[in-house]
Amino acid sequence: MSVSRREFLKSIGALVVGGFVPLEEALGQGVAGKPPLVPGELDSWIAVLPDGRVQAFFGKMDMGQSLDVAIAQIVAEELDVGLDKVEVLMGDSATSCNQGGASGSLGISHGARPLRNAAAEARRLLLEQASKRLAISQSELSVADGVISGQGRTVSYSELIGGRHFHHKVEWNKQTGNLMDIKVEAKPKPPSAYKVVGKSMQRRDVAWKVYGTGDYVTDVRVAGMLHARVIRPPRAACKVRGVDESSIKSIPGVRVVRERDFVAVVARREWDAVRAAQRLKIDWHALDDAFPDMSALHDHIRAAKVVKHVEEVKRGDVAAAFKAPGMRLVEAEYEWPFQSHASMGPACAIAEVKAGACTVWTGSQKPHFVRDGVAALLEMPPGNVHSIWITGPGSYGRNDAGDAALDAAYLSKVVGKPVRVQGMRADGTAWDPKGPACVLRARAALEASGKVLAYEFVAKGFSRQHIATNEASPADSLVGQAMGVAAKPTWIFGVPAESYGFDNKLLAWEAIAPLVDNCSPLRTGHLRDPVGPELHFASESFIDELATAAGEDPVAFRLRYLTNERHAAVVNAVAEKAGWQRRTSPRPSQAGPVFTGRGIAFAERNGTAVAAVAEVQVDRRSGRVWARRFVVAHDCGLIINPQGLRYTIEGNVVQGLSRTLFEEVRFDRNSVHSVDWASYPILEMQDAPESIETVLIDRPEVAPSGAGEPTMRVVPAAVANAIFDATGVRIRKAPLDPARVKAALSRA
Amino acid sequence: MATFRMTVDGKRVSVDAEPEMPLLYALRNNLGLNNPHFGCGLAQCGACTVHLDGEPVRSCVMPVSAASGKSITTIRGLGTPDKPHPLQAAYVAEQVPQCGYCINGWVMTAAAHLKKNPRASDAELREALSGLKCRCGTHVSIRRAIKRAQETMS
Repeated sequence: MSVSRREFLKSIGALVVGGFVPLEEALGQGVAGKPPLVPGELDSWIAVLPDGRVQAFFGKMDMGQSLDVAIAQIVAEELDVGLDKVEVLMGDSATSCNQGGASGSLGISHGARPLRNAAAEARRLLLEQASKRLAISQSELSVADGVISGQGRTVSYSELIGGRHFHHKVEWNKQTGNLMDIKVEAKPKPPSAYKVVGKSMQRRDVAWKVYGTGDYVTDVRVAGMLHARVIRPPRAACKVRGVDESSIKSIPGVRVVRERDFVAVVARREWDAVRAAQRLKIDWHALDDAFPDMSALHDHIRAAKVVKHVEEVKRGDVAAAFKAPGMRLVEAEYEWPFQSHASMGPACAIAEVKAGACTVWTGSQKPHFVRDGVAALLEMPPGNVHSIWITGPGSYGRNDAGDAALDAAYLSKVVGKPVRVQGMRADGTAWDPKGPACVLRARAALEASGKVLAYEFVAKGFSRQHIATNEASPADSLVGQAMGVAAKPTWIFGVPAESYGFDNKLLAWEAIAPLVDNCSPLRTGHLRDPVGPELHFASESFIDELATAAGEDPVAFRLRYLTNERHAAVVNAVAEKAGWQRRTSPRPSQAGPVFTGRGIAFAERNGTAVAAVAEVQVDRRSGRVWARRFVVAHDCGLIINPQGLRYTIEGNVVQGLSRTLFEEVRFDRNSVHSVDWASYPILEMQDAPESIETVLIDRPEVAPSGAGEPTMRVVPAAVANAIFDATGVRIRKAPLDPARVKAALSRA
Repeated sequence: MATFRMTVDGKRVSVDAEPEMPLLYALRNNLGLNNPHFGCGLAQCGACTVHLDGEPVRSCVMPVSAASGKSITTIRGLGTPDKPHPLQAAYVAEQVPQCGYCINGWVMTAAAHLKKNPRASDAELREALSGLKCRCGTHVSIRRAIKRAQETMS
């Protein structure tokens, strides 16, 4: 919003506070009459339409895990309207405040808070109005499906405010992003009163996806739109020496856009842009040997200088405990590769720069930050950028979508027309920010009795935020970096999340510098459950190694040390559902070429506790692992929509299984070689589990925590532990692909 | 440039394009259809799958000239909310897709396979669906939906 418009609204605001300005009138005058889109206005969160439908304005978005339905359930519950009356408008910078976009599985735990408060406050105001209008005291009024009644008389929400604005201030906590919240006078309902929250409700985006009748971001068409392809360099940190435009002269009407080391082609027809991008000859000045040998990646990490070291958990005197006499030392080191988001389609964005303003349609899960990034790149006020999220081809963190949005905006500015950018496959696999490769070291000191006296876990790897979690700064985009803006990494990794009560305990992490500072296909960023699978592959494999060393059953061993009751509860629940027989691992010897085994893993994530049991078959001839059955016990506090939660857990299991068994970004000294699905294989149907069973532990008394990611982190170790149980062979390097498993078995 | 005539979702259409241009670009850009999707351009994922005279093909690698004179069905032509294909009805009942960008591959491939082999076993289906990708990991839901569709089709 421009300053002048804001000023204008402020000037008329005094006239309308306390009254309701008709929405129709407001629409007729643009947005005049509607208070500015700021968190401190109730109208920024909720609206009642003339026909009684309700709109909730959500600054996050759903990507197919039914978050929007959960938000609608919460709003319907607080407002006492039918669920089908609530529409959730998501991720549009012109209709919602910046709640941080999709982030950290916080959609419900954080994202729903202001919506819940706003809905409760709206209900309170409407009851107040109804009381005045009907001259009946509020205590004698009740609400059902948007109709307030008392003493045989009724008035509906739509009669009271339909099509008009509340013009009611609420107290914003001055936070932007995930922590944004508002304080209101109304008191939200207690969970014991819930009728809609807690019930399984159908998704709203299934039918259009199944019948092919809706639009993805790839389907946005703007009049006069041109098609572009950005040409990423063949190696990391390449400089452009020159571009031979005559190399594409056989394709008429293609324009080459070059700014420093950023090169793109723009054409009226998409096929012309695709062909031109393939044929354009560019003289690159390449940096030689920017990467270590892929086989030496983890040696590089071990030897690399530590840029930041943080001891997150420190209890007792670990150093002394390791020196205590008579201790048995158990130690192990685990390795995790770079992994790609490899979203289903390469990212796409459409931008239209016109008259000093920009509209951008993006699949990025952080549309408000896209607004800020585009504004910074184009040097215009953020209020002049309108960023609209439209569901994209998959989104699991900071993938290539953030780059596409800024690419499109830049290109539209240069060519003066709307521009649609879509990547080719390699842009989604080779050039997305990667999940960081790392080395994870664990050691423990056991007393003769098997009791763990000391435990130490140190993660060392590339930062999880070489590229920031969002694209608010051009420094975190490829177009920005290619034009000379230097990356500004945040040094951060993480430690396992659990409650094992070892007397002496140290959990620490060490971050190392990126291999290449700018424009690197091995730049690292957030990938679904950032560093969760990495850390817990190691820590939960190691817990099993300790159980074996202590001669104890893996479930019993975990229960012996877990200090949090909810943590123990998911372990117990998963063991019971899986029919877990208590014994030590590995299983007694088996005959035949296919061995079977079971494994458990447990972890916590921001308040959510999850445990998984995997049952696997290991084919000793081929090394193929089939995780045939999964059982997951999940406790994320109050459950809003059990069916949505179950499907979200299932997706986590399968995506996590794919990362466990198959995924590894391949590269040589100069280039990333994982450029497509052949060179970056993911799990296919043959390897999908036969069944995934879930135990949902509902705790209405506990505020909801997240579910979008936690299950991901228990999958790798559950599988690795099951392979050990089946074969007696411990594999400490991911992915556990057939070649690695076969080699490990043949060494045993 | 040449003109190619074909039938798409029951309508006769013509496309002016280079013979080697993939059918996908003709469907999306010349004809303005928003399905199928570009996933890889390499026939490695299935997001662009359509039926060509009833057989599933990857439109991202099939030259438009090879579709000349043929009948093409996209997921939109397979069924509608009023007259759904049993697989589409089952997909809705089982709430299968998450991001849903892969859906053409799974539905169009399975629909063609079930036409030939309506009682396909789990092993046969796993084989028939090999080569398809779903990044959100909805594979277990997909198998549930196919099983449900098989029940309604038999």
